Amino acid sequence: MERLNVNLGKVKLDNPIIPASGTFGFGYEFTQFYDINILGSISIKGTTKDARFGNELPRIAECESGMINAVGLQNPGIDKVVNVELVKLKQVYNKQVISNISGFSLDEYVYCTKIMDKNDMVSILEINISCPNVKHGGMSFGTSSESAYEITKAVKAVTSKPVFIKLSPNVTDIVSIAKACEDAGADGISMINTLLGSRFDLKTGKPIIANAMGGFSGSAILPVALRMVYQVAQSVNIPVIGIGGISCASDVIEMMSAGASAVQIGAENLRNPYVCKEIIDDLPKLMDELNIKNLKDIIGRSFK
Amino acid sequence: MNKIQDYQIISNVLLAKKTYEMTLTGDFSWVKNCGQFINISIDNKFLKRPISICDFSENELVIIYKVVGYGTDFLANLKVGDSINCLIDLGNGYNLDLVNDKCLLIGGGVGVPPLYSTCKKLVEKSVKVSVVLGFTSVSDMFYVDKFKELTSDVFVSTNDGTYGDKGFVTDVIVKNNLSGMDYLTCGPEVMLKGVHKLMTGHGQLSFEARMGCGFGACMGCSCKTVSGYKRICVEGPIMQSEDLLWND
Repeated sequence: MERLNVNLGKVKLDNPIIPASGTFGFGYEFTQFYDINILGSISIKGTTKDARFGNELPRIAECESGMINAVGLQNPGIDKVVNVELVKLKQVYNKQVISNISGFSLDEYVYCTKIMDKNDMVSILEINISCPNVKHGGMSFGTSSESAYEITKAVKAVTSKPVFIKLSPNVTDIVSIAKACEDAGADGISMINTLLGSRFDLKTGKPIIANAMGGFSGSAILPVALRMVYQVAQSVNIPVIGIGGISCASDVIEMMSAGASAVQIGAENLRNPYVCKEIIDDLPKLMDELNIKNLKDIIGRSFK
Repeated sequence: MNKIQDYQIISNVLLAKKTYEMTLTGDFSWVKNCGQFINISIDNKFLKRPISICDFSENELVIIYKVVGYGTDFLANLKVGDSINCLIDLGNGYNLDLVNDKCLLIGGGVGVPPLYSTCKKLVEKSVKVSVVLGFTSVSDMFYVDKFKELTSDVFVSTNDGTYGDKGFVTDVIVKNNLSGMDYLTCGPEVMLKGVHKLMTGHGQLSFEARMGCGFGACMGCSCKTVSGYKRICVEGPIMQSEDLLWND
């Protein structure tokens, strides 16, 4: 359906619905629920140079209208992602994916970018400088404009594919960080990653999450994400993928009004594995009700 | 078949202290193995609650749960005729093809339920089944008579000695010289660890974890095994004894 089409720079999507990295595995797990070819794209599980187990259990704590996770970038390492996981995905999925890349050093981001640059299944590189669940690296690269600039510059130098930088909300001024990424040549911004949070066991008083802290996501964070997308989308001239707390078609309309060119659905996939399909099915009807002809028309209408 | 289904409750009764048995009606032809689980939606809560299947037929399914918090309290307050919303057909279940002519079932507390349908199926297959069940106290005890209807070899322990042998399931296993048998077990992790250390036969052990999704997407319940990282919700909850690694 053409009225759902959106563009992320030169990348054209059938619709703006993209499952967020870390909530959709490597995609093929969801074929038990629906045909994943209906999706705009898929942001696959965050990939690092080497295989990682991640953090000890428990990694999950429930919250009001959301959850905390501290998985810690569990993934089989980039070689297996390319040679096993993407090969498995290709058997059931005929579109391109967004490759989410994490690292613990600038060299590691560059290493993974070079490998994904050669992969035909990858349309966009999403550089995750905002993972809250790993010590050293991860979010620490995304909390200052200088390091965000440096990482962006380094990965841009080794790829011809579009580079989107995934930003953390756990900062004092997300606009200046987004601008630094744009200045360094970023082709887009993905935002927001999770908010740092904790829960404590009532009986023992100790943290529920083994890692004590984790990333808070779910519908509770939608207003935070909307506000930050609204701020950033007005300040940069590159597309923004809006992420954070989206759970239904009306949230998508809101996020695109705030300035997002496409959206990612995260935690809601975990509680309702059908949510992306439901949103894609619901959007045309909601657009009719709201007199929206094409989704493209509403991007950033809040400030335009 | 859509893997999210509503099922009507036809019974929801107190079995033992804070422990309820709920029977659902609907199409349960999807159940492949004993030891699989369902993930139940709780009003006003973000995550579903994974509960193991106790017993099943084509059109009825039984779960047993203990009230330990908001979610299970919500379930306990549901009435006959109410419906629950579930994500279905989760987990691997016990592989009964690996069981030879005799087998020991070891259950602890609310780990006992999945062993009930397992016991039924094994008896149907003419396997000689022995059962060791452990509870905190006699007031926590359930299903002992139902197991006794299936096999004469049922041993019970309670931690406080109010029924059966005083102590743990491992004490009962040692006392009755059962540690060489192949076994299927479910219970708290500390019990599984004790059982795994004690038993010399092949075992299938059912684990529980705080899960995010229950179907393999979030990596929230991963564990390290001899053959690599596994998700308790997909590659488990049943793990094979030779595959286990414990964090000491």
